[in-house]
Amino acid sequence: MAKIRVPAVDGMFTMDFDNPRLIGGRGVTSQSYYFPKDLSGGDPRCVNDDERVEVYLSSHAKIWSYTSAGYPPALPYQITEPFEPFLICAAQLEEENMVICGQMMSGIDINDLEVGLDVKLALDVLYSDDDHDYIVWKWDLA
Amino acid sequence: MAVDEIAVLGVGMHQWGKFPGKSFVDLGVHAAKEALGDSGVDWEEIEFISGANTVRNGYPGWVSASTFANALGFQGCQLASSYAACASGVTALSIARAQILSGICDVALVVGADQVAKGMFAPVPGDRPNDVDWLRFRLMGLSNPAYFGMFARRRMALYGDTQDDFAAVKVKNSNHGAQNPNARYAKSFTIDDVNASPVVADPLRLLEICSTSDGAAALVVSSLDYAKKKGVQDPVKISGISTVSPVYPNAIIDMPYFASDSWVAAGDSSHTFKNQIAQHAYKEAGITPNDLDFAEVYDLSSAYELDWYEHIGLCETGEARNMLHNGDTSLGGRIPVNPSGGLGAFGEAIPAQAIAQVCELTWQLRGDADGRQVENAKIGMSINYGMFGHGSSVIARR
Repeated sequence: MAKIRVPAVDGMFTMDFDNPRLIGGRGVTSQSYYFPKDLSGGDPRCVNDDERVEVYLSSHAKIWSYTSAGYPPALPYQITEPFEPFLICAAQLEEENMVICGQMMSGIDINDLEVGLDVKLALDVLYSDDDHDYIVWKWDLA
Repeated sequence: MAVDEIAVLGVGMHQWGKFPGKSFVDLGVHAAKEALGDSGVDWEEIEFISGANTVRNGYPGWVSASTFANALGFQGCQLASSYAACASGVTALSIARAQILSGICDVALVVGADQVAKGMFAPVPGDRPNDVDWLRFRLMGLSNPAYFGMFARRRMALYGDTQDDFAAVKVKNSNHGAQNPNARYAKSFTIDDVNASPVVADPLRLLEICSTSDGAAALVVSSLDYAKKKGVQDPVKISGISTVSPVYPNAIIDMPYFASDSWVAAGDSSHTFKNQIAQHAYKEAGITPNDLDFAEVYDLSSAYELDWYEHIGLCETGEARNMLHNGDTSLGGRIPVNPSGGLGAFGEAIPAQAIAQVCELTWQLRGDADGRQVENAKIGMSINYGMFGHGSSVIARR
């Protein structure tokens, strides 16, 4: 039986596998974007009146930089044995002028990456238990 | 805005390394006693202890000033314990300076010590989906070396830096550290050694990423009047301290965040936190980068050191590799960087590291840095920052 897909964390991305979106915030006064919506620092010009409304952020971006994880990260990262090295990408959202990190989809060779390359948002399994696949956003080549 | 100066009367360290038989208290007390002995100030004369906390050693680490005071023997002095990640040591020093300059005390002891498990730093345990430090590990395995790797890769893309440039930083710092009895690693590494070590966070290799260390450092600091009364005519002086926060928007993603601020609506994306830390220190001390004779910068990775050359104004953006290859930042060069060997030779003992940087400034300015002395050193800067946004920089002069 197929496992139930659940988000690895609530409220940070949509579970639309065809067109996933990150859920950010936008200050009604500052017009700044925030991600995660309520966990990123505020615009000091609007300390008293910058209510954050929920917005979907751009799903296309350009690689700001990238790296590899050659060794297993510490907990609370959930490692599936045997550990498979993975790639991490920081991508710049053009419209929002902000950089957001995520793992790269597996199967991509680091030699195929370069700063400035177009990437798009994707969803993938981060880890699983007996009944669930825990889903997270990743970056994929556009 | 020149700020009044305080004197550094004494410095002390416990060697960096792995000391499983000792506690962080043992290490801190060792450094404190060495600093007291160096200063000629008796323990009973100390009026204030400023402790830099460790968060990896249980409750005694969260109340480090009373822990160290008790271990030395409670004598009724005032205490403050503070934590600011890697900036903890300079935060503790800044509190001591404020006490001294306000006249609340004349002489203070600043101590930081750490003992850590082997391997990469991890967030404190528990289930905390509202904590970005927890989320970055949980959602993408974004460990500290991953940030170092991304910064290094970006230098390669923007400025044409190469992996051999980064390895050359490690080689330089290992040569410096080989002359420092307090460093953890005594070996002088070659480019081939670096390139033979495994890739941890592309493009960086194991030997280019600072390890986690045990270690301790301490300072005895005082008012200039107190120094004079003690017969110290020409002490090393702290001329500037920076503990600033970033200014929004911070366009450079940094630990522990997995998203930068958005710079669509405000600010200047080229003005980064690391520049701001240095600028405040220069302002307090009333000097410019041209006045520096040497610097101790936080080389969390080899490539990171090159970022600092530019952020503290030693050269223009993108020019750091030229400075390195000209020998400008080696001992004997125009402005030696990390004459102590830096984190590359020490590894990082979080609450002790920024204090250790000030110890090195002091030894250099006194002319006591045997085997690694910067010639005619008159003014030095130390700089680092604490995760989440704690700036940390000190300018000292003779």
